[in-house]
Amino acid sequence: MQVAEPTRKILFSAYAALLILLAVSAGAANEHFSHLEKLLIALLIAAAKCAIVFWIFMQLKYQRGLVRIFALVGFFWLAIMAGLIFADYLTRGAG
Amino acid sequence: MNQSTTEIEETPYVDATQHREANHLGMWMFLATEILFFGGLFSCYSIYRWTYPAAFAQASNRLDFWIGTINTGVLLTSSLFMALADLAHHAKAVRLTRIHLSLTALLGAVFLGLKFYEYYQKYVEHLIPGPHFAFPDAPPQAQLFFFLYFAMTGLHAAHMIIGLCALGWLVRRTTKPAWTARHSDAVSIVGLYWHFVDCVWIFLYPLLYLAGR
Repeated sequence: MQVAEPTRKILFSAYAALLILLAVSAGAANEHFSHLEKLLIALLIAAAKCAIVFWIFMQLKYQRGLVRIFALVGFFWLAIMAGLIFADYLTRGAG
Repeated sequence: MNQSTTEIEETPYVDATQHREANHLGMWMFLATEILFFGGLFSCYSIYRWTYPAAFAQASNRLDFWIGTINTGVLLTSSLFMALADLAHHAKAVRLTRIHLSLTALLGAVFLGLKFYEYYQKYVEHLIPGPHFAFPDAPPQAQLFFFLYFAMTGLHAAHMIIGLCALGWLVRRTTKPAWTARHSDAVSIVGLYWHFVDCVWIFLYPLLYLAGR
């Protein structure tokens, strides 16, 4: 069976990118940024790492649209849940 | 007619590509429920970190930065070997598949070893939530952080153990003669699970280990 799949070169490039992002994440945490800046940097890097793993290691790059939608709906539902939770907690001081 | 040909004829799929896509679709649907499963804990963490930022920062600094960082690297490396195993499997290189799967499992075991060593450290330092929890000079919500730490990493470790069992099953299967014909997608599907558990850790690492730095 012939299937579209990543080459070794693509896999090793993705791995190198992941390790670099890990080093940046660990390094930035020990620099003189504010807590909010550090949190934003850390979450952006985590999202980038997650995207690389989804796209290359979990082969979404080689899948059709339907599979990609299935991969993203979980995050969509989570965003609804988190959005509703924070709509409550972030506005409690206002009343 | 041998057995494997019969089985392909009995499936409802037009061809192997469609079969493969259906397998991936099903696994992704399961992983969507896993995102929500872990999402509940991540939401809980976010609310309490938002409400008690100082306690969370102080408690987070009691975690071992270097073990957390090294363990992230260990998991990322295990994911690389998992992806290489899938590649080797599609190239019908059975021995190479088995080696890569074994290396994936070995790194998973290293991760769990370091994780349980950390748990032991926390036990010695009285940082396990409960009647013996002791964290002088910290706000009481520090205990909340450690509750979430154990709940989130514990659930993650449980997933790792299930992943190790699946890898063990795959490694055992590669030694059987009927391997390539019957389990064409098994490596990919276990791989999806393994990579997903890796992704959960990718978010746990900054939220738990870097929160107070």
